[in-house]
Amino acid sequence: MQSSIHLSNVITLDQLPAGHSARVVSVNGTGRITQRLMEMGVIPGIGVKVIKTGPFGDPIEIRLRGYSLAMRKNEAEAIEVSC
Amino acid sequence: MDGSHKSLTVALAGNPNAGKTTLFNSLTGLKQKIANYPGVTVERKEGPWQLNGKAANLIDLPGLYSLEATSLDEQIARQVIVGEQAGIPKPDVIVAVVDSTNLERNLYLVTQLFEFGIPVVIALTMMDVFEKQKHQIDVEMLSTLLKVPVIPVTAKTARGRNELAKKVIEAIGTKPEIPYAYDAAAENAGPHGKIFARYNFISEVVQDSVWHDDHAKHRVSEKIDRVLTHKFFGLVILVGVLLLVFQAIFSWAQIPMDLLQSAFGGLQDLTRASLPPGILTDLIVDGVIAGVGGVVVFLPQILLLFLFISLLEDSGYMARAAFLMDKLMSRVGLHGKAFLPLMSSFACAIPGIMATRTIESRRDRFATIMVAPFMSCSARLPVYTLMIGAFFTGRYVLGFVSVGALLLVMMYAIGVITAIIAAFVLKRTLLKAPPPPFVMELPPYRVPNLRTVFQNMWTRAGLFLKKAGTVILTLSIILWALMNFPRQSQADIDNAAIEIQKTCNCTPEEAQAKAETEAKSNILQHSVAGRIGHAIEPVIKPLGYDWRIGIGLMSAYAAREVFVSTMSILYSVGKDEGAESESLLAGVRNAKDDNGNLIWTPLLGISTMLFFLFAMQCLSTLAVVRRETNSWRWPLFMLAYMSTLAYVVCLAVYQGGKALGYG
Repeated sequence: MQSSIHLSNVITLDQLPAGHSARVVSVNGTGRITQRLMEMGVIPGIGVKVIKTGPFGDPIEIRLRGYSLAMRKNEAEAIEVSC
Repeated sequence: MDGSHKSLTVALAGNPNAGKTTLFNSLTGLKQKIANYPGVTVERKEGPWQLNGKAANLIDLPGLYSLEATSLDEQIARQVIVGEQAGIPKPDVIVAVVDSTNLERNLYLVTQLFEFGIPVVIALTMMDVFEKQKHQIDVEMLSTLLKVPVIPVTAKTARGRNELAKKVIEAIGTKPEIPYAYDAAAENAGPHGKIFARYNFISEVVQDSVWHDDHAKHRVSEKIDRVLTHKFFGLVILVGVLLLVFQAIFSWAQIPMDLLQSAFGGLQDLTRASLPPGILTDLIVDGVIAGVGGVVVFLPQILLLFLFISLLEDSGYMARAAFLMDKLMSRVGLHGKAFLPLMSSFACAIPGIMATRTIESRRDRFATIMVAPFMSCSARLPVYTLMIGAFFTGRYVLGFVSVGALLLVMMYAIGVITAIIAAFVLKRTLLKAPPPPFVMELPPYRVPNLRTVFQNMWTRAGLFLKKAGTVILTLSIILWALMNFPRQSQADIDNAAIEIQKTCNCTPEEAQAKAETEAKSNILQHSVAGRIGHAIEPVIKPLGYDWRIGIGLMSAYAAREVFVSTMSILYSVGKDEGAESESLLAGVRNAKDDNGNLIWTPLLGISTMLFFLFAMQCLSTLAVVRRETNSWRWPLFMLAYMSTLAYVVCLAVYQGGKALGYG
């Protein structure tokens, strides 16, 4: 399902520095958190931007579909993005 | 209303923060009913909605992101929609509340709603904000693409209210189309095929009906967040906000509290003056008015606390607080989402414990429940206020920081620190689990809707007053009776007077008066409560408590604030005539034991505050924990570990303080 996206430089979302944008390539995993991330709109093809990191390095704030979502780096590791 | 098939049932569904509560309040006014769904603590809110002459029962579903039924809220909402929730007929129409500033994600829930075969009408909220951000939305196009009516609403100006009612009536009996290509292909596209199909459809809809000016978007919230979630200043501001809240509760509330206090005092004097002296008058004045008044006096503080909590929640700041605190919370093994239930527990542990339902993992949820009662709830506030008022008023450090406010902040801080340590221990022993995942929306900042805020305050105040009028009234009467019976007969008093005259150089009148006074102060000693107090005295003596305070501590197990009622009743029992207007504070300050020594010292005041901070003294909380954990094990464990902790801490503080010469 993610084959249509051209992969230039794929990293996981937790590696993306604040202020940078990227496109979601895949959301890995099968558990409830994966499902929740997708229901919140994190699906392959969508553009995301890392806004900032929390005061102690975690969680991160990302913007997608015009709204802000906070998640831990642990969760962001499951999201592959290309930039 | 229940079970009647003739009246209309309309369900209100929407994402959290979409403006659902505001719309619900605006449609139903003040006539709403709040209860729980049977067997669970999901709040069931409903109210009448006049649909252009037709009456409907409007059901406010819990805030949802999805209907996949993974969380309790989602399960309940799903049951209501399919008509499986007892006492609620299947809805005739669903009004989907959609936040126009967050269209894509809000529409996700709508695409799920289409699948239930119930007509859907969309109420589009936050249009004013959206337009201010220089975006445009083609409402007609949106309606055409979604194949359902879309009505922009503004609660403040009642915009769209009639139109919404009209469309709901028109929609009755129609069947919605599922407007997106959801077919076998989507089903085959893996476990998340449906999610992809819905979002693909939504992306197309939004592309065709919305024009963004992306530079303007979120600018305001982002600017505010640059400060409020700043790595350093964000934390400083968070601490400042908490300090402001507590300072306000303690100092601003003082004026209305003093007014209430003197009002109840006046009522007592008036009642005593206008009723014939006797046991009934004593019961009314010292039992009912003193007991209920002693608790009602704290209404201003409770109103202020709920005012602040509603404001913080409604403005979007509470989510930022969770964002700021998550790393620390996760270090002790709790979820950032636990921050909100724990904050709510400052008002009352019961809504706090209920709010843990948003935490998905059972172990994390239980850990949060088990530490929530350490947050100083509003029922402890009367006790703190009494102790601080009696021993620390008018004292300042550095010239301007009131010792009272400082002590109050310390009580809250100690509670928080204890909760953190307890959670840390629990998550490594009984509730061992890896740190929970954290995915949470940061809603844009909004000016809180005052109506929603005040309605929330009003509801809480109503619940508090209802408790004062029922539970506390009953307990006050029972306590008064326990403290006044059995009493000495007149013959015993006369005999005592004769005995006194034998040993002292006084007239028979003086001896009689002395005997009467003694009998009065002995009433408590001989009463049922006095005997219970005496029985537990050996246990609490090492903490500095005498049998009288023991009565107060026992009575506080019904509800913590009853301690204050007990003190009011306690110190008006056997009070000298002519000192009727003596306030409770002076009563506590001047209370003497049998040897004429002052009972209370500042040290004892502090250790009493600590006892109330640590001990599990709330039957209602235990009942809710029983319901939420579905077992007696957890509430009993909570009772045992918190009470033990209270005993040990107070023993150490009191004995340590005495050894250091503060006794």
